[in-house]
Amino acid sequence: RQLRRNGGGGADGDDSLYPIAVLIDELRNEDVQLRLNSIKKLSTIALALGVERTRTELLPFLTDTIYDEDEVLLALAEQLGNFTMLVGGPEYVHCLLPPLESLATVEETVVRDKAVESLRKISQEHSPVDLEVHFEPLVKRLASGDWFTSRTSACGLFSVCYPRVSSTVKAEIRQHFRTLCSDDTPMVRRAAASKLGEFAKVLELDYVKSDIISLFTALASDEQDSVRLLAVEACVSIATLLPQEDLESLVMPTLRQAAEDKSWRVRYMVADKFSETFVSLQMYLCFNCIHSVLTIWLSDLCLLCPVSEQELVSDTNQHVKSALASVIMGLSTILGKDNTIEHLLPLFLAQLKDECPEVRLNIISNLDCVNEVIGIRQLSQSLLPAIVELAEDAKWRVRLAIIEYMPLLAGQLGVEFFDEKLNTLCMAWLIDHVYAIREAATCNLMKLVEKFGAEWAQNTIVPKVLGMANDPNYLHRMTTLFCINALSEACGQDITTKQMLPVVLKMSNDQVANVRFNVAKSLQKIGPVLDSNALQTEVKPVLEKLATDTDMDVKYFAQEAISGKHFTLINVNKLKMAIIKSEMHFNLLVFTVLVLA
Amino acid sequence: MAGVAGGNDFQWCFSQVKGAIDEDVAEADIISTVEFNYSGDLLATGDKGGRVVIFQHEQESKNRPQLRGEYNVYSTFQSHEPEFDYLKSLEIEEKINKIRWLPQQNAAHFLLSTNDKTIKLWKISERDKRAEGYNLKDEDGRLRDPFRITSLRVPVLMPMDLMVEASPRRIFANAHTYHINSISVNSDHETYLSADDLRINLWHLEITDRSFNIVDIKPANMEELTEVITAAECHPLQCNVFVYSSSKGTIRLCDMRAAALCDRHSKFFEEPEDPSSRSFFSEIISSISDVKFSHSGRYMMTRDYLSVKVWDLNMENRPVETYQVHEYLRSKLCSLYENDCIFDKFECCWNGSDSAIMTGSYNNFFRMFDRNTRRDITLEASRESSKPRATLKPRKVSTGGKRKKDEISVDSLDFNKKILHTAWHPKDNVIAVAATNNLYIFQDKIN
Repeated sequence: RQLRRNGGGGADGDDSLYPIAVLIDELRNEDVQLRLNSIKKLSTIALALGVERTRTELLPFLTDTIYDEDEVLLALAEQLGNFTMLVGGPEYVHCLLPPLESLATVEETVVRDKAVESLRKISQEHSPVDLEVHFEPLVKRLASGDWFTSRTSACGLFSVCYPRVSSTVKAEIRQHFRTLCSDDTPMVRRAAASKLGEFAKVLELDYVKSDIISLFTALASDEQDSVRLLAVEACVSIATLLPQEDLESLVMPTLRQAAEDKSWRVRYMVADKFSETFVSLQMYLCFNCIHSVLTIWLSDLCLLCPVSEQELVSDTNQHVKSALASVIMGLSTILGKDNTIEHLLPLFLAQLKDECPEVRLNIISNLDCVNEVIGIRQLSQSLLPAIVELAEDAKWRVRLAIIEYMPLLAGQLGVEFFDEKLNTLCMAWLIDHVYAIREAATCNLMKLVEKFGAEWAQNTIVPKVLGMANDPNYLHRMTTLFCINALSEACGQDITTKQMLPVVLKMSNDQVANVRFNVAKSLQKIGPVLDSNALQTEVKPVLEKLATDTDMDVKYFAQEAISGKHFTLINVNKLKMAIIKSEMHFNLLVFTVLVLA
Repeated sequence: MAGVAGGNDFQWCFSQVKGAIDEDVAEADIISTVEFNYSGDLLATGDKGGRVVIFQHEQESKNRPQLRGEYNVYSTFQSHEPEFDYLKSLEIEEKINKIRWLPQQNAAHFLLSTNDKTIKLWKISERDKRAEGYNLKDEDGRLRDPFRITSLRVPVLMPMDLMVEASPRRIFANAHTYHINSISVNSDHETYLSADDLRINLWHLEITDRSFNIVDIKPANMEELTEVITAAECHPLQCNVFVYSSSKGTIRLCDMRAAALCDRHSKFFEEPEDPSSRSFFSEIISSISDVKFSHSGRYMMTRDYLSVKVWDLNMENRPVETYQVHEYLRSKLCSLYENDCIFDKFECCWNGSDSAIMTGSYNNFFRMFDRNTRRDITLEASRESSKPRATLKPRKVSTGGKRKKDEISVDSLDFNKKILHTAWHPKDNVIAVAATNNLYIFQDKIN
């Protein structure tokens, strides 16, 4: 047998069929992984079978494989979206509908969604005639299916066939969509609500006004809050479609109602979509309108209403307020300078005093928007206490978050203000008892130097940092080294050689081994910034001395430094990576805090 | 004697009994929960052995028109296995505490089953086709010479005998420190709640690694613990409303719209205690063992040890109806305390039109109350009356000094035979009654 294989003399068999045969058989293997593997190579199988057999044999078989595991079905649904050429091109693309139809009714949402996605994809490959003959009946079947899984899938298909069918069929589609919007099961109403915006976009304006608005109004006052909150989302796209004069009468009442909803989830959604919605409305909307909504809503949230103090402590409002804080700043660009000062500024100030640190943080993190409109100076008097308080917050994560905003704040407030008010804070963080804070403070210094320049560093930062080298606490002495590592590049050769290097070298005699080996590490890091003369005459002797240290670690790192004279950009890059990582981590953190708080 | 159901007089008659007849009952075979699905075509039972048995309603046969459709076994599967929590040195029983059906979403059926700690979502689906034809094997399974393959064969689907498969779709674990007593599917069809002694969690049916704690009554100091959660249920129509009952005989209604945490209730249902009947057992017997919303969502029913109460959701200070289940036991509480029976958790259920309610008692008796006529009836689930189409005779327990004919004295009641779990078909007058290891199904016989 082996001979034969090598000889390749397949007189009565075809070797090239063997791998395909295996793939086909493994479509039914007991091992899910093998089945999955076969499904992922479905195009290979189809190619080997040819278009005819793919249509008449493979697809009917696949149509009935819906018993399989979710991951297999998911892969199948995805494959079928790219199968048009394998069944013979656009004129046969409708052959793909039966298997996708059965996949669109399975209970697993991810599979259904993928089947719908593939159906949407292949709908584009249908000719207008095929679309009416094959695709549209499928949509109708799904829309009037017995089970809600099929009806939810139908919701996602209306918008792709609507623009390409005749006006009678269009009327039918609109009718089907209307029916689904008032379906008995909340699952279907939710699916319809989430596709409402998308469907509105393909509809003629008259129908948007006559059909969509009434559906939107109905869904936005659905008995289930899970439906109502999805309707709010549709508001954004509907608003963009309507002419200015209709917005007030058609959209605003519903939006106002949603802003006052009894359910915190719906209010939360409005808060979340607030800025987005108003950006789409801004061109048309008169300020009165926005203001009235804002007032109703904010009073509802007890932000303008000092009476309901006790509600401020309830957890709900914290979610909503926090979300509000993050979007309210975005409003300032829309409202303009005068309105911002008159209406929003009091709110910012109120929120800066909020007891919940997330709310304050969200305001501060979005300061740049306000800065553009009214200039940050307007805020600075109120801002400062808020920043100081956050900077000293008992939760280190809050402190960490505010540190991350320091460079941004510094840029906006200017050197003068910074030196006067914030510099001490930045220095205080260097001796925080949490390492993560000290580390972030070090990065912060580097960014500040990048912003304000080496000269500023030399005058304000470097003396203080170097002063810490004499601190009795060895952790603080190490912080000096970490700062030097971070700052040397930004400060440049001159400052590094003249001011930093002597301190580092002096610290090589520190009694704490951790400090000494960090000296070795620092020397390795700042090496590239130094000139070769300093390296030879000053750095090398010290490293050699450290290499004979009694402590094992010190020895090790000193030798590393000596041998690794090529320590160049790699380390710097690593450091930058670390900074980027920490930023990403922070964004994630704010996000999590927002969502889950 | 007339039966109890929305005015129409009829009699209950025996239909079927499931389970072994043996006198000594294996612990694992004891039925621990009974539940019809939304259409009433399927009936699920769970037992102490962790098994779920599903019965399907067979269509009426044409040649025997006097026989209404029967329920036959559709699928049986092991839902939970005994486990051991090594961290806490705690055995976790496999006993199924509750089964709840999900609204049907496609051709398959889904149910949630739970033991003390873990909730599982099961899919019960049918398969009637089988793929045939391999490339590398003959029909009889012999391997073919892989180098003699001259053409490719695509498997073909052939009809086969109907096969019912039960497959675990999701496992919702590690969210309960105490024993789960209730699960309830929300009317939004995407979430459900699960309650243990001190906490209630809200789950999304598609997400297993996360649940939201919506009620937590655990005191900071466990020595201050005075009450526990005994049951919880979602409102059948309003997705934001749920209730939970406590061991102190009170019910709290919470609105999830108000806040993400529902530690503060929006309504508090409590009947003031009658000081004249106060005794050592008052608190124990007032503990609520089950709470069920009516199908309409207007009322809820609670079961305590001696009575069933119907509450109007709009009236918090007292129930609108109170039915005595076995008032004659009030004088026996002492001995019921000694044999632990006083802690039995009786469940209760509504009929499809909310006009009648049913709950269990001892001696394999179960009780029905007609809410319109205020008539009540005691029936017995027993092998003796289990002849096909036999009419159930009402039973009476003698309460006075003199026992009449056909009456049973309180002292001769068998307290080991208790009916804790019953279920009423959502549309028809078909009831399922779990008596230890037997499941009785009774139907109406219209006169």
